[in-house]
Amino acid sequence: MERYSRYVYAITQAFRLPQHDAEDVFQDTFARAYERLHTLRDDDAFRPWLASLTRRLCIDRLRASAREQPMEDPDPGAAEDQIDELTNAFAVHEALAELPENCREILDRFFARDESYRTIGQALDLPSGTIASRISRCLTRLREQFGEEMTAGRRLEVDESSS
Amino acid sequence: MNPHPEERLAELLALLPPAPRGWVEAAQELPLARPGLDRIVARAEADARFRELLIADLEAAFAQEGVEADAATIEAVRRRLSLP
Repeated sequence: MERYSRYVYAITQAFRLPQHDAEDVFQDTFARAYERLHTLRDDDAFRPWLASLTRRLCIDRLRASAREQPMEDPDPGAAEDQIDELTNAFAVHEALAELPENCREILDRFFARDESYRTIGQALDLPSGTIASRISRCLTRLREQFGEEMTAGRRLEVDESSS
Repeated sequence: MNPHPEERLAELLALLPPAPRGWVEAAQELPLARPGLDRIVARAEADARFRELLIADLEAAFAQEGVEADAATIEAVRRRLSLP
């Protein structure tokens, strides 16, 4: 489930649910995923299935909240727009997972965890002055890795979706 | 074409921060609850009185069976037994 935890979490955040509702959806999503795992033989089908399930649970939760507090108007439209982008992000993280540990960690810390050079330097025992260049080199490796995965047929259109 | 694909990759990396550790740990423990969950479901299917207890108070029924019940596990049993 670790492979998908960020993706599911990001979808719950896109729907702007209160955190306790978002956590319920997160847990419910994985509970249902565990129940259905044996019926999902195709790895490629799992990610879209999981996204669809998370989305549906978020919308259910928004509707339930709207019934309890009719003044709030649930607007899942904006979140729907973000899911495609999150799917692109998932594909990039899949490529990241194929990089050597030193690149995985520094890119994840800097971009996904938003850690400062100083924090990264302390955690990885690196001089702050070398971090920027290492990030740059690792991004290049990620681009190359991502290009290979694209060639291998994975879905993502990094260039087009930036417009 | 985006002239700076690395920048775009960086943007996408930033879109998936880690989920809170407690959430992930709780989700990882869900399969550990399955044996207790399966036992409760089986008993409810075989024992009408126990099923009534489940319908009346799901959490009490879990406690009676000695199963620690988090919200997701309770919800899973509710679904499997088609409880209201």
